[in-house]
Amino acid sequence: MNKKFLIPLGLFAALVVFLAVGLTRDPREIPSPLVGKPAPAFSLPMLVGDQRFSPSDMKGKVWLFNVWATWCVACREEHPLLVEFSKQSRIPVVGLSYKEIQAQDMANGPLKDAEKLQLARERSLRFLQRQGDPYTLSVLDLDGSVGIDYGVYGVPETYLIDREGIIRYKRIGPLTPEILQDSLLPLIQQLESS
Amino acid sequence: MKWWLLSCMLLAPWVHAADALPMAEDPVVEARLVVISEELRCLVCQNESLASSNAELAQDLRREVRKLIRENKSDAEIKTYLVQRYGDFVLYRPQVKPLTWPLWFGPFFMLLLAVWGLWRYLRLRKHALAMAHAMPSDPSADATRKD
Repeated sequence: MNKKFLIPLGLFAALVVFLAVGLTRDPREIPSPLVGKPAPAFSLPMLVGDQRFSPSDMKGKVWLFNVWATWCVACREEHPLLVEFSKQSRIPVVGLSYKEIQAQDMANGPLKDAEKLQLARERSLRFLQRQGDPYTLSVLDLDGSVGIDYGVYGVPETYLIDREGIIRYKRIGPLTPEILQDSLLPLIQQLESS
Repeated sequence: MKWWLLSCMLLAPWVHAADALPMAEDPVVEARLVVISEELRCLVCQNESLASSNAELAQDLRREVRKLIRENKSDAEIKTYLVQRYGDFVLYRPQVKPLTWPLWFGPFFMLLLAVWGLWRYLRLRKHALAMAHAMPSDPSADATRKD
């Protein structure tokens, strides 16, 4: 019997499978070119005090770098999980307050840099006092230029950085308990023991 | 009154233009910015180019690209700068490298395959027709030929 008629059917089935797989994938999830590369250097003012912080201060430690802002709704979702994580884990969590001052904050005229810094500090501290503070320390990236170096395009974003300062993992979007259990915690353990 | 209205209408476009985003002082920089950023994708609103997007991140990235233009960086250097941070995805025109070969050459390969398939099919068909003519097995076909 001639089964040639099955060929187009098979091709069609293959097409359907490809399209179905395509539908389940999130186009917003872009593989980061930064994984496996050194964390870009910066020096930013800290949330508390007059000191500045650089990633090189963390050499020799495995640490989590979390990009957030008080205006970011998904960060609020993620926040309780981070607070919980910081209580249970020994690794330091550094927060980067990303562009806390938005265009609408300057609707009544531009703000001076010092005013921006003060407003960002007030707001971030108030948020952390109310919701809990998971951060070992926090830094302020007012103009978002450090965010650009880290390829940030959708807060919250989280990076895991190893002892040599290499980015080992990047998550775009809020962390979930599943991601924490299945990817982040095993990786932290592996990096800490090596 | 009429004049007043007319002047209002004539001025309207400029009044509106004040709403637009401030352009850099240097038109040369701005012209290059437009050319470069039309080739780049805005990551927040993925179907818009960096040139046309109004997203906050796009504005920041345009500011960054302007800075690089003023530093006399070449187009390739500026694109590399962005690819290093955001990956190949920012480029609307993917680079030609092993990973993107299927994308660039796949369609031509498929075309060659189709042409080869067609050629084979035609050859087999011609062969089958010639065989049918040479050895008519159907008696009715024989009958028609005697006519």
